[in-house]
Amino acid sequence: MGELKLMKGNEVIAEAAIRCGCDGYFGYPITPQSEIMETLMEREPWNETGMVVLQAESEVASVHMLYGAAGSGKKVMTSSSSPGISLMAEGISYLAGAELPCLIVNVQRGGPGLGTIQPSQADYWQSTKGGGHGDYRLIVLAPSSVQEMNDFVELGFQLAFKYRNPAMILTDGVIGQMMEKVVLSDYIPRLKDEEIEEKYGSWITSGRKNSRSRHVITSLELDSGRMELNNIRFQEKYAKMEEDEVLYEEIQCEDAEYLIVAFGSSARICQKAVDVARAKGIKVGLLRPITLFPFPKEPIAALAKQVKGMLVVEMNAGQMVEDVQLAAGCSIPVKYYGRLGGIVPSPGEVVEALEQKLIGG
Amino acid sequence: MELAEIISPNNLIYKKPKLLTDKTMHYCPGCGHGVVHKLLAEVIEDLGIEDKTIGISPVGCAVFAYNYIDIDWQEAAHGRAPAVATGIARTNPDKIVFTYQGDGDLASIGTAEIMHACNRGENIVVIFVNNAIYGMTGGQMAPTTLLGQVTSTTPTGRDASLNGYPLKITELIAQLPGTSYVTRQSVHTPAAIRKCRKAISKAFQAALDKKGTAFVEVVSTCNMNWKLDPVEANIWMESNMFPFYPPGDLKDGSKNDPASYSPLKN
Ligand SMILES: Cc1ncc(C[n+]2csc(CCOP(=O)(O)OP(=O)(O)O)c2C)c(N)n1
Repeated sequence: MGELKLMKGNEVIAEAAIRCGCDGYFGYPITPQSEIMETLMEREPWNETGMVVLQAESEVASVHMLYGAAGSGKKVMTSSSSPGISLMAEGISYLAGAELPCLIVNVQRGGPGLGTIQPSQADYWQSTKGGGHGDYRLIVLAPSSVQEMNDFVELGFQLAFKYRNPAMILTDGVIGQMMEKVVLSDYIPRLKDEEIEEKYGSWITSGRKNSRSRHVITSLELDSGRMELNNIRFQEKYAKMEEDEVLYEEIQCEDAEYLIVAFGSSARICQKAVDVARAKGIKVGLLRPITLFPFPKEPIAALAKQVKGMLVVEMNAGQMVEDVQLAAGCSIPVKYYGRLGGIVPSPGEVVEALEQKLIGG
Repeated sequence: MELAEIISPNNLIYKKPKLLTDKTMHYCPGCGHGVVHKLLAEVIEDLGIEDKTIGISPVGCAVFAYNYIDIDWQEAAHGRAPAVATGIARTNPDKIVFTYQGDGDLASIGTAEIMHACNRGENIVVIFVNNAIYGMTGGQMAPTTLLGQVTSTTPTGRDASLNGYPLKITELIAQLPGTSYVTRQSVHTPAAIRKCRKAISKAFQAALDKKGTAFVEVVSTCNMNWKLDPVEANIWMESNMFPFYPPGDLKDGSKNDPASYSPLKN
């Protein structure tokens, strides 16, 4: 059993990176996630595990550094907050197009523009439906506790390498800044170059040896016929993720007459709201998508046959609600409640919204 | 004499570098990219480093460089090659990494990435082909386009008050403490090609010796977009580009000693 600690979400991301055998971190400071790189620089993992940590000149540079390192088979990551992720959009599209595995952490803040440094979930669409150009998907994990900040670093890498696709941890200032107890993972040693060669030697750019044919990491294909085939292959990969990798949590759903759907920090608040509502006699449950892509469509569709209505609670103007509506179909009402601009809703507000929008106040 | 006798091995004084593939190059006749590719292939072969060299191709006419030199390559987004190279070099310190970039790629959209990679003294080689125009997109103004030069976006000639001044990026790069060797070359005559080959070889040796960033600018022609024939283009380059971008070494040594950089006093 791992080490038990009281730590901030952001610090845990850094610690988990070192412990999971990450080869490199490239980043640029931005609130509310600067502690990730600060923790790494303080820990000096280059002395301990050989992990490289580099403060880049911008998020644009960070994400393209990931591209280079990932293309050579290394386990590398970056982190940022919303405005920085927008700058990375170019690189993320290239990473997806060149099918490179890596981990990107977005500790969201409120937008649009420079917005606010307070927490938000307004990058749901950006993370799950694109953000950069072209038809691509990221594997998106939404932690709702500091423990999951720890667990999802290695999980994100595993999925990224399994599918040769970038993975994202989509969290926000609440979880990033929150202190909680956490069981840290045990150390996994970094892969040696020979091990990397053995696992990924069929595609990485590690230098053309033993008269093997050259490896080229690229997203370019000017022949439309072949580019269409590339795209079809990507879509098949995303479909496979939807089949095999969906993660979600159901809380008090067995007897539920109403359902709240929320992810990340909103789900933490809604967990409390469920207790408050149940104390008032309202039979409500919570479904928490853990993977935002692939999205838990089937469990939502199944619950749509059981409950009288769903309330989607998110710290944005109503983004995930569209996915829930699609999954639930038209037989029951699916409503949205949220706060904007960095305001975090209270459990009381959520119960009130449930009563007004679904039960009939 | 029969042809077979003439090309007998003992009569051979020149051959295609082993690392140059048989793929027909897409470059226009008269373009410098092909010559620079050949020099790269020769140097990498001479140094025997093909098993640990990774090239980063740009967005620009040389985007398909990976089809011509038989080593591992990564194709970068427009201007980002120095960041891609940094990612590889930092996590693979035993590899030799070089970028190959045009003037739009390096001195316009990728200015931040090249300046900071050179300023950090990344242990990489940069090959910078400056043809004073955007070749791939059909001849628009580049950051290095000369004043008065006609391009498709400066149809009456580049005007400083409208378009700003041509950027001497290599002079800026030479000021950066992280660079070890900064030179400007050309490939328009056999003599120039030989000198350029030496410079490229020296730059790769600097990377092998972990001296910091080695930067080779190759002033080149784009006769197609300059709307000249190849010979006229070489003459135009000599009479117009060389006075502004004079060939020669700008810096030759190794990256600066941090102690000379005014560290904090206790
Ligand atoms: C983000 C982005 N912006 C613009 C382009 C279009 N584009 C492709 S090549 C190029 C200019 C290349 O010029 P240069 O770097 O001088 O290389 P050359 O083609 O002359 O060798 C541009 C603007 C692009 N591919 N990506």
